[in-house]
Parts: sequence; structure tokens; C-alpha cells
Amino acid sequence: MTNINPIASPLASAGRAPATLATAGGWRAQLVKWRVPLSILALCLLPWVLPSKALAVNVLIYGVVCVGYNLLFGYTGLLSFGHAAFFGTGAYITGITIVHFGLPWYAAVMLGVLGGGLLALVIGALSIRTRGIYFSMVTLALAQLVYYVALQASNWTGGENGLRGFTVSKIDIFGLHINFLDPLQKYYVLMAFAGLALWFVSRILNSPFGAVIEAIRENETRARACGYNVERAKLMSFTLSGLICALAGTLSAMHLAIVPLDSLHYQTSGMIVMMTLLGGAGSFFGPFVGALAFLLMEDVFSIWTSHWQIVVGSVFILFVLFLPKGIWGALLAWRASK
Amino acid sequence: MTDMKHTAFFPLSRRAALKGLGAGASLLAMPWIVRAQTSDVIKIGFPMPLTGPFAAEAKDQVKSAQLAVQQINDKGGVVGRKVELLVRDDKLNAGEAATRALELIENDKVNAIVGALSSAIQLATNEVTRARGMLYISISQSDSINEVKDFSKYTFHEALNPTMTTAAVAKHTFKMGARVAYLCADYAYGHEMLRGFKRAGDAIGAVTVGEILHPIGAPDYSTFIPRISAMSPDILCICNFGRDQANSIKQAVDFGLKDRMKIVVPVILHNQRLAVGPDVFEGVIGGSNYYWGMEDTVPSAKVFNDAFRATHGGATPTDYGAYGYTGVMSLLLAMQAAGGTVTDKMVASLEGLKYDVAKGPQYYRKCDHQSVQSVLVLESKKKAEMKSDLDFFKILATEPASESVLRSCAELGLPT
Amino acid sequence: MDFSLIAMQLFSGIALGAILVMAALGLSIIFGMLGVVNFSHGAMFMVGAYAGLWVASLTGSFWWGLFVAPIAIGMFGMAVEFLLIRPLYGRSVDDPLLLTFGLGYVLVEAVRIVFGSDGIPFPTPSQLRGVVNLGIGYFPIYRLFVVGVVGAILLALWLLLGKTKFGLIVRAGARDPQIMRVLGVDIGKVWLLVFGLGVGLTALGGVLAAPMRTVNPEMGSLVLAEAFVVTVIGGMGSLVGSVVAGLLVGIAVSMTALIAPEMAQIVMFALMALVLLIRPQGLFGKSGVQA
Repeated sequence: MTNINPIASPLASAGRAPATLATAGGWRAQLVKWRVPLSILALCLLPWVLPSKALAVNVLIYGVVCVGYNLLFGYTGLLSFGHAAFFGTGAYITGITIVHFGLPWYAAVMLGVLGGGLLALVIGALSIRTRGIYFSMVTLALAQLVYYVALQASNWTGGENGLRGFTVSKIDIFGLHINFLDPLQKYYVLMAFAGLALWFVSRILNSPFGAVIEAIRENETRARACGYNVERAKLMSFTLSGLICALAGTLSAMHLAIVPLDSLHYQTSGMIVMMTLLGGAGSFFGPFVGALAFLLMEDVFSIWTSHWQIVVGSVFILFVLFLPKGIWGALLAWRASK
Repeated sequence: MTDMKHTAFFPLSRRAALKGLGAGASLLAMPWIVRAQTSDVIKIGFPMPLTGPFAAEAKDQVKSAQLAVQQINDKGGVVGRKVELLVRDDKLNAGEAATRALELIENDKVNAIVGALSSAIQLATNEVTRARGMLYISISQSDSINEVKDFSKYTFHEALNPTMTTAAVAKHTFKMGARVAYLCADYAYGHEMLRGFKRAGDAIGAVTVGEILHPIGAPDYSTFIPRISAMSPDILCICNFGRDQANSIKQAVDFGLKDRMKIVVPVILHNQRLAVGPDVFEGVIGGSNYYWGMEDTVPSAKVFNDAFRATHGGATPTDYGAYGYTGVMSLLLAMQAAGGTVTDKMVASLEGLKYDVAKGPQYYRKCDHQSVQSVLVLESKKKAEMKSDLDFFKILATEPASESVLRSCAELGLPT
Repeated sequence: MDFSLIAMQLFSGIALGAILVMAALGLSIIFGMLGVVNFSHGAMFMVGAYAGLWVASLTGSFWWGLFVAPIAIGMFGMAVEFLLIRPLYGRSVDDPLLLTFGLGYVLVEAVRIVFGSDGIPFPTPSQLRGVVNLGIGYFPIYRLFVVGVVGAILLALWLLLGKTKFGLIVRAGARDPQIMRVLGVDIGKVWLLVFGLGVGLTALGGVLAAPMRTVNPEMGSLVLAEAFVVTVIGGMGSLVGSVVAGLLVGIAVSMTALIAPEMAQIVMFALMALVLLIRPQGLFGKSGVQA
């Protein structure tokens, strides 16, 4: 394949971690084997370590978004710039089913996840037909369409004002009465869902399907030559990633009790990309680290200066230039090289 | 194929970058500023869009709010307790605003929250505060929070709403039989303004010759102007906000519309007048909650202006700035009357409060907690008439505080 | 609906299209020749407007701003290419997109720090004020001037890329940089100049737009979206494509404004998605300019 422009290089996936971690020996294999419990342990400690519980919940939510996004970006190698559509749709469906149809919260969450996943299937089916930069552009365009539709359908979504009126204050599961307004109780309920999502992603990555998508990332032509249905694998990855992002959206809806219109905007998509890259695309826990780092930076810097965006933007540029593996990815690579 | 000529030539190795990052991370892990949790201090949360397109307005509001707090503290505080204003950045983002509200309630344990500039933000914050029984005074100029869907006994609205401003402006610009065209931003706030104008216009007997909705944030209005021209209206009402207002007026003037029709806006904004200059805005009429030039006729305005000048080197408060003052001050006065910060007592106190702190008498209507207040009708001066750099507007009229310009409690779906 | 309204609407659509073309040219050139999607495109547009404003306020003349600002920002663009984008060649295709995305944030905030968040007035130059009666309606003289400038720029670009040696090198370099190097051409310098040209054109667009809109730090964000739409529909890297697409989108938006103005942005993005799905290389782009 001739190099048409200075950038094109199908093999240069320098930022992504190598595929076969599970078979390597030693501490790395242990880390992979126990990654879900270890991650959940880390998440349990989060509200005690961070300055506010609200921040901890946000880290949880955006961590899940990024883990979902990472499935497509880090592991399959496709840069989608429209994943906010699934996040937002999951949130909106949850809110709408409670406000307009009076459904209980668990039904709303389920429908939100399914709805977001369905949208991902549709958008994925349309986008997978394109490659490279065009793929990124089409995901951006389709996601913006979803944004404008939500803006116009203000009777359902509240339009610019966002969706309100579905505050969940009490949750009764398995005989437990949980006060959802209490920040700590809310956190652990949402963490249960996050843990589920993490477990789900880990299962996907450990499966043969996980190996296929990584093969596609490394060299699509070769994967095709090996007989894998590349298009179907990409679509599956896209849909699963959309499903997880939709779950994060439903969690966000429950947490904030509002769905802001901005959750569908491409700037939110961009933020998701930034967080994933910052943490380490292509590593399992990296996206969480990225979400944590990004939100922390935002929170801390905005106390010091109202110009925090320039710091966050510059940090991001530095990462793209020097640390494309992200914080977690670089940490793992550094430890491995010792 | 890796491109050999373009391999990175930077001397900074990965190791060095990691070291730098480690140092940065430890900086971030610095102990958080632990505020002395004295239960004596009264804390008021003040989340505002300090970053983003309305940063200037927000900063004005912070300055005024801080003046109010300082004045009360100088007099010994509220029932002997000092007041602290916790300013936060909501980044003009509803999700962030909700998060700030949660942080203020859960972490900082505030006694009340005042704030918001945009409608989405006031609604987001309100959703959080009302579920937790936290008192919230919104200073965002939108009608939506007064409606039954979002209202709660803890929700107060100190700012003007479009029903009030459009009524005042229409009264002084519309005439019986006047042909009126509307250019309106297609979102809730735009529709609120349109509805307000049409309601007032119908009562006066003005004729609507056309309504054009434009997408919010549109930078270019050239595609709407031919239609407006073709309608040949006497009055063009531009119902939008912020940069949209500045851009649409500028382009309407560029196309020569101002020569053929009167341009009227529901709220004429100080910062947008600043952004386009006197020539473009000349002759535009709009409503406002406050203008420093009021000090000649309203004594409390003079007192407010002088205090502001003393604290900020001769500067005068802007329209938005005044909201920061009136909003926070009404809360502080209510706290004083309630003898403390018990939420239900503060609510009752606010409902019965009569205050005059910057612009004349104000009070909160019982059914929707809307602050009933005067509305100014201003006309933008031409450059030659300006006596000083900030002499932007001429006060055409002051509509006195009255419930008759508000939507009735029944209309809002609320019990009287 | 009378004829003169439709004609006027069409005309303003064409004029709007010219502005869109100007906004999209830089993006298209940079992608077509270098394969880089410049996500800081909108920010560069905005920086151009501010640069023009600053030069105009120093010299007291809009015309100085019009000439100096694009050149200055073009040189800034060259610095960006050399320092920030060049190290990314040879790595993943997405990296320059990501980097320029972050750069956009940095530029917007930098402008806020230096100039503040307020909008700043940029008066229309006195020679170009007022309206002219076109028969079907009144049209601002300044907008006609902008259409004229865009036309002139397009002509110049066409001559540059089509008829000069430099243009030949640029076009050949876009097709096959390896061969160019083998032939002894310093392709690095070519890339530098092309990036600078793209950014300079964008900055020029910013200066031209400034008297029509308020100059504020957010003015670039919608421009980015519009430029993407136009570039994608026309075909990334195709000059003819950008022109045709720009005019098409301008007219589509204008005619939609006649019937259902709120749908204008939906129409734009729907068109973009449609083109990407049916013919990803756009109307005039060359297929094969992919991954």
C-alpha cells in the first residue's frame, strides 16, 4: 500500500499496548488475571481519597465511558469522535422513561442501556463502511445529528434546558432500602454497576473475540487474510462499546438527576477521547486513570485559575507528543522494562 | 512503513517525561484546602460561569455579591455570625453546575445557594437543591423556573423574566396597528421572549407580520434578513441573547434594516453593547433590570453605585453585576429577619420580605417566588451624546414593580 | 412568495457560501496535501480575526490588518507544523488529529488570557460601509467585497497549484512523498509551506469575517463544524470540491432558512453524513486518500 501522505502508517500503533498480556508470565499475568477485583477495590477506596463524593461519582461515570470507548479506540484501533451520542442517549432514555412513562428506575436503566446499544448498532453499521479519517468524521457528523434532533425534540428532551424531573431518591433492591440522596450510598450503588461493566469488558477482552479485535488493530489486512470477518468484528466492537457508554449515561442520569443537552455534543466526545488517551488507550484500567486525572486536573486547576483549559490542553498535547501510551500505559511499560 | 526522515528529534526521553509527570502528580496530591468547619460561619454557595462566553458578566456578579457580603459583615454579620461567599465555576455547563451544587451541599455544607446565568444551569441546580431541601435563589433571566414543573418551596427567582421585560418594552414601543416582525432564537428562552412580546402586543393591538426562528448560536443572519425585509415591518423584535444579540443587531444594521424599522430587544445587554460599539446599537430599545444611570432618580441606586465605586476604583456596576448584589442581599436580609439559617424560616422570611437595595422596592410573590421589581426601558445612545465612556443608555421609562405584568399564578399552574 | 425574495435568498446563499469556502479552504488544503485533520482550524480562524483586530488597532487601518495578520498567523502555523506535528509523522494516523484538538483548547484560552472573554468591536472599514441596491433588495457592500476577495484568492490558488513549479511539487508530494525525496526535493520544506499556507488562508478568513460578526474567543467553534461539513462534502484536498460544496451548503442553508430555519444545522450535518456514507471521498475528492 503506497504511502500517499506523510502520516499514513497502518502498522504504527505505537500508543497501544501489545496484545498477549494474558499469556506472558510473572506479575503481569497476575495483574491481568485479577484486574477486575483489583479495579473494584481501587474504586471502593476512591470516595475516601478524593476531595468530594460528587467528584468520585463523576470519575466512576466517566471511567466507565472511557472503558467502553477504549474497547473501540484502544483495542480495535478505531478513533470514533461521536461516542457522546451513546452516552447521552442512554441518559436521555433513562430520564424520559421515568418522566414521561413513570417506569421504575431499574427498568429505566435497562432501557437506557439497550437504547444506547441499539443506536450504536445503527451508527456503527453506517460508519464501519468508511475507513481511517473518514470514519472519525462520519461518527462526528452522525453524533451531531443526534444532538440536533435532541435539541429540536424539546417536548421529550427539554431541549436546551435539559431533561429534569426524574430525581431518584430511594432505591429498594433485595430488601435493602438505600437513600439515593446520600452521596456515599449513591456511590456504592453506582459502583456496583461500574464493576459489572468492568467485568463485562474484561470478559470480552479475554475471549477469542478480544483477540480478533486486537488483531484488527494491529493489521487489518492480515486479520482479513486469516479469515476473520473484519466488518462484523468491528461492528460488534462498536456496538458493545456503545452499550457500555450508554450504561455510563444511565448512571450519569441517576447521579445528576438531570440530562444536560451537552452530553450529546462533540465536545463531550472529544473529552472522552482525551481522557482515554491521557490514561492509556489499550490498557484495561488506563481509561479510569485517565478519567480520574482529567477530572482532578479540571477541579484542581479551576480553583487556582479560571484559565484551567490552557493547562489541560497543554498537558494533552504533551501526552500526544511524548506519552502516547498515557499515564497507566507508560507506567506499565516502564515497570515491564525494568 | 515508518517514515525515517520524520522520526522525532526531541531530546526529551520517555524516562525524563515520566519523572516530570511524577512530580506533577505529587503536586496534585497536595492536601486539599481544609476549611475550618466552624458552624458559626454562614456559607452561601455562589456558582457562576467564570469560564466561557459569559465570564465577564459572571465576574461582575461575583464582585457585586462579594460587596453585599462585605457590607453585612462590616455591620457585624447576620445575627452576629460572619458570612462567607463560596464562589464556584459552573463553566456554563449544566452537568458541571449540578456537580457544583452537590459539592456545595455535601462537602461545604452551605446554608443556601444563589446563582446561575443561563436557564439550563438554573434548572439543573434547582433540581439538585429542591430534592435536598436546600434554599436556592436563581439570578438567571428566564421564565422556566417559575413554572409548576420545576418549582418548589425552596426555589426563588430574583431576576427579571422575559414576561416582565417584554411587557415593559412593548408598552413603550408598540402602538395600535403597528406591524411587528420577530427574529427569535429557537430555544426555550427565545420562545419565552417571543411569547411575552406577543402577549403584550396582542393587548396593545399590534399586528404580527412574521416570525423567524433562527438556530441558537448562529453566526450569520444574512439568510433571514431578506425575509424580514420583505415583511416591511415597523418594528423588528430580536429575541435572543448574548453573542446572538450582538451579531444579529450588527448584521441587521449592516443590511440597512435600522433605516427602515425600529429594532427592539427584550433585554438590552451592557456587554453586547460593549462588543459592537455605539454606532451599531444606536437607537435600539430594550429592557433591563439595572443601569447605573438610575442613580439620579433612585436613591438606593446611588448608595449601591457609590459603595461599588469605593470598592472597585470608580467602576460602576453593570446590569448583570446588579443581580449578584440584589440576589445575595435579599437572602442576607431574609436571614437577618429569620434570625438564622433554618431553611423553613428563611423561606418564610423571604416570602414576606420587602427590600430596596439597589433599584427601588422589591418583594417576592408568594405563589412562584418571583421577585416583583421595576423594569427599565433603555435606548442606546449615539456616540455624540455619550457623556462618558460608560454612558451607554438613556432611560426612556421605568415601569414600576407590579404583579400585573407577570403571568398569573393560575397560568403557571401554581396555587395562588 | 415573490420572485425577488427567492432571488435575494439565493444571492445571500451564494454570498454565505463564499464565506464558507473561505473558512474551509485551509482545512481542505492541509488534509489533502498532508493528510492531517487540523482540529484547531476553528481556533486558527479566531486567532486570525484577533490578529487582524490587533494590527488594525495599532496601525489604525483595516487594510494593514488584512494583509499582515494572515502572514503572521501563517508563520505561526509553520512553527506549529515544525514543532508539534512533524514529530508525529510515522506514528498513528489519528495522532495529529488528537494533538490539534488539544491545541484548539490552548489557543482559545490563550486568546481569553490576552484579550479577555468579552466580544471586541471590529468596525467595518469606512470605504466599505453601507448597502447597495441590487434591484432585488439591499445588500451590504462589505459582503460583496468578501465575495470578491474569495474569488481572487481562489484564482490565485488555482494558478499557484496548477501552473507553478511549487504547485507541481506540492501536488506530487501529496501523491507520493517517497518519490519526491528520491528526486531530491526537500519535502519537509514543502510540508512546512503548505501548512503555513493553509493556516494563513484560515486566518485571512477570520479577518474577513470579523467585521460581520463580533470578535470573541468562541467564534471559531461553529466555523470548525461548518468547515468540516464543506470539506467532507466537497472532498478533502480538492479545491474545486471545496468551492462547489461551499456554495451548495450556503444555498441549502439559505433556502432552508426560507422554509424551516431551525433545521439549518441539521440539514448541514445530514448532508455531511450522507456524503460520507455514499461517497466518502466527497464529490470531487480522489478515492484512495484514506487511512
